[in-house]
Amino acid sequence: MSNKDIISVNLKVWRQDGPNDKGRFEDYSLKEVNTHMSFLEMLDVLNENLMKEQKQPVEFDHDCREGICGSCNLVINGIPHGPEARTAACQLHMRHFNDGDTITIEPWRATAFPVIKDLVVDRNAFDRIMAAGGYVTVATGNAPDANAIPISKIDADSAMDYAVCIGCGACVAACPNSSASLFTGAKVAQLSKLPQGAPERKQRVKAMVEQMDKEGFGDCSNFAECEAVCPVGISITSIATMRTEYVKAMFS
Amino acid sequence: MEVADKTTFKWDSKIPTGPLTEKWKTHKNNVKLVNPSNKRKYNILVVGTGLAGASAAASLGELGYNVKAFCIQDSARRAHSIAAQGGINAAKNYQNDGDSIWRLFYDTIKGGDYRAREANVYRLAEVSNNIIDQCVAQGVPFAREYGGTLDNRSFGGAQVSRTFYARGQTGQQLLLGAYSALMKMVHSGKVEVRTREEMLDLVTVDGTAKGIISRNLVTGKIERHAADAVLLCTGGYGNVFYLSTNAKNSNVTAAWRCYRKGALFANPSFTQIHPTCIPVSGEYQSKLTLMSESLRNDGRVWVPKAQGDKRHPNEIPEEERDYYLERIYPSFGNLVPRDVASRNAKNVCDEGRGVGESGLAVYLDFADAIKRDGEKAIRDRYGNLFEMYQKITDENPYEVPMRIYPAVHYTMGGLWVDYNLMTTVPGLFALGEANFSDHGANRLGASALMQGLADGYFVIPYTIGNYLTEVTPGEVDTTHKAFDEAEQSITAEIEKVLNIKGSKTILDFHRQLGKIMWDKVGMSRDEQGLKEAIEEISALRKEFWSDVFVPGQPATYNKYLEYALRVADFLELGELMARDALDRPESCGGHFREESKTPEGEAKRDDENYTHVSAWEFTGVDKAPVHHREPLIFENVKLTQRSYK
Ligand SMILES: Cc1cc2nc3c(=O)[nH]c(=O)nc-3n(C[C@H](O)[C@H](O)[C@H](O)COP(=O)(O)OP(=O)(O)OC[C@H]3O[C@@H](n4cnc5c(N)ncnc54)[C@H](O)[C@@H]3O)c2cc1C
Ligand code: SF4
Ligand code: FES
Repeated sequence: MSNKDIISVNLKVWRQDGPNDKGRFEDYSLKEVNTHMSFLEMLDVLNENLMKEQKQPVEFDHDCREGICGSCNLVINGIPHGPEARTAACQLHMRHFNDGDTITIEPWRATAFPVIKDLVVDRNAFDRIMAAGGYVTVATGNAPDANAIPISKIDADSAMDYAVCIGCGACVAACPNSSASLFTGAKVAQLSKLPQGAPERKQRVKAMVEQMDKEGFGDCSNFAECEAVCPVGISITSIATMRTEYVKAMFS
Repeated sequence: MEVADKTTFKWDSKIPTGPLTEKWKTHKNNVKLVNPSNKRKYNILVVGTGLAGASAAASLGELGYNVKAFCIQDSARRAHSIAAQGGINAAKNYQNDGDSIWRLFYDTIKGGDYRAREANVYRLAEVSNNIIDQCVAQGVPFAREYGGTLDNRSFGGAQVSRTFYARGQTGQQLLLGAYSALMKMVHSGKVEVRTREEMLDLVTVDGTAKGIISRNLVTGKIERHAADAVLLCTGGYGNVFYLSTNAKNSNVTAAWRCYRKGALFANPSFTQIHPTCIPVSGEYQSKLTLMSESLRNDGRVWVPKAQGDKRHPNEIPEEERDYYLERIYPSFGNLVPRDVASRNAKNVCDEGRGVGESGLAVYLDFADAIKRDGEKAIRDRYGNLFEMYQKITDENPYEVPMRIYPAVHYTMGGLWVDYNLMTTVPGLFALGEANFSDHGANRLGASALMQGLADGYFVIPYTIGNYLTEVTPGEVDTTHKAFDEAEQSITAEIEKVLNIKGSKTILDFHRQLGKIMWDKVGMSRDEQGLKEAIEEISALRKEFWSDVFVPGQPATYNKYLEYALRVADFLELGELMARDALDRPESCGGHFREESKTPEGEAKRDDENYTHVSAWEFTGVDKAPVHHREPLIFENVKLTQRSYK
């Protein structure tokens, strides 16, 4: 944690021209980094500098810059989303770095998330897992009154704890097996807590788990690295729930 | 440049006849239906997958239409709607505090300072309850009471508790609900979602929308898509100010290209400046973060009574603080509508009583609420917002009051639509924040989510049929020369912008535009400033086209190329906004003209001359647009000077 207002940093940034390029690290140094800047604002400055020299800026994904859309996907010094716990890369501020630090920046690395360019990866596999079963079938206009089914505050809160997943993929990037279990488990667990999820309970978990395997994500071996990097604190109890649900679905 | 004027509005707003409370019911009974077996013959393009787009695409897919949906982000779930925090309104009256459809309608019309259509707003209030039912059925985990029923909170501009919420992540949960319905339709093959694909032009044949031209953002390939109808659900254009609470990719391009192809743009200057955002901290700032308005339920807004009081807030004694909203507006207090809260914050800062390093901030203090309800209760209500605040500012709001300042947040203006949500281009519809329809000159909190989902789930599935029954499906395909022309013009534009190789970055231009907009077309506006803004923006636009540097190649992933095209359109839109503000010398809602205020300094409307929608028609870049006016007729509410005292 720096107590200076202005620091200098050295960056080692992953550059890759396209999916078929081998890729390499390139070094940049940035002076006069205001520590109140966000990490992405620091990258904006880097890109401005590069473009002022008519060079190619670094491509990275971002949108909301408030930790909710799940777009940003930087591995910072080897840690998905960087050193601050429960913080997406876009919410990380430069005050957490020191003057003279060297910072390595890479994209998520996983077979199921191929690199598109530089730090940008393809995460459409997550959409396909959701399409396989991450929903309650209820056509528009078919719903009963919202208060018709009471749900205890405890269940609603617990469903919400799982529902806050931002779909960023850090869990996959952190997992030695590149497993998507935390992401998939979060949706399964959310819907397992709610009566609305009950009718499709079995098909849902089967279809989602099968799709996850098909996409080339690995198995879960309980390393719990995923939980440690998850910016919204999704608990690995979701994975346990997914397993129980899966077993129940297969053997009943 | 003179503005060509047309006082009469030649387009029909198609408001059904009959009493207000019956209009929508009657209309639903009268709309023409597409035969179920014919639906699959119709192709519909839905541009945007936020609340409006995702709900529309899913619902139309369920009905049997062939739908293709587009978004800029790498997943439909990442649309800007995801960031909405506070909640969504509905007239359920679960709290038994006297709420009703009428009251929600009335609050929304009044909150919009009587510059919206009665019939549209009434319909919105009417379907609001269905939205909550639909979302709950999808598994959206709204906050609940211990007894298991749904909880509500209050929001600005209302005296009832009608806002449904899911912690501080209501938009996320609603969007994930709509996204799940959408993905289900993808699974069933009725909807195709094209992620990372940006619409760059509308294709019209004989003035009718027949498709779009898009750019595949991964490969850079320009693509053609033909259809029988196009739904624009592309969100708002607050990023014309550069700094706003909008996501970085939010932009006006799709709507602007439709404007250029003949769709009228309505009330472009109606912008909402949200009172509770984290203040700007430096030049490098890339966006502003909202602190949900729901915080004003428990937080008290104040500044020191004395100018330039630099003491730590906790050292300023009670009697030396000015809780100015409570003082000026005793009946609404901290819950006045956004425009009122924002203007008052600006006023106290202009008086030299602002706080923080820049003096451009006021306090939002939770000390009393924590004393009253305990820290845990406050954490339960706003935990994630407090966390977000602390991450950004490095200050703990449980101990030190938050510092907040107004920021651009929402755009009430947008493409003009009739009651069926169709623009002036037949076959082109606009939904959600992209249209102008329901919020008049100021939007109440928790009403945008309501409107996006109302449009997508409950309005367009009915009204689109009326149009489609009149067209032969698949009349035009992508070999039509209109597609050739549109594609060539986009390809040429991309080449042109890449070949300038100038000395200034895109960001330089965007920042400069933002500064002009904020200073002269922002929280308060006057004739001279607006005239200057028009000149300055026009000059800046010329400079952009001669001196911008855009890196890279057309046919690759190239975020700065995307950005350049969006800024180019903002540079045209900004000028139209200034023109629109200039042509409305009254104050209303978020549009505050220095020349038109009450003796107390509140916005003063001029109902006699300005009870209308301004709708602008494109005639060419650097040419004056034509100004049309749709008169607003109030048969059910009496226009009064808004008072929240
Ligand atoms: C921080 C914040 C908090 C908010 N909180 C609340 C709240 O509590 N309650 C409330 O009611 N409202 C709130 N709002 C307002 C509300 O979130 C938005 O008005 C609403 O979500 C807009 O939804 P939309 O579907 O119209 O557009 P968006 O969600 O903005 O979606 C736009 C979609 O269009 C796509 N798109 C745009 N251009 C193109 C193009 N050219 N080609 C292809 N795709 C394109 C985008 O990719 C995206 O999918 C908040 C807004 C902000 C900024
Ligand atoms: S579980 Fe956490 S880390 Fe994984 S995608 Fe969801 S939010 Fe990201
Ligand atoms: S940019 Fe949206 S979560 Fe980081």
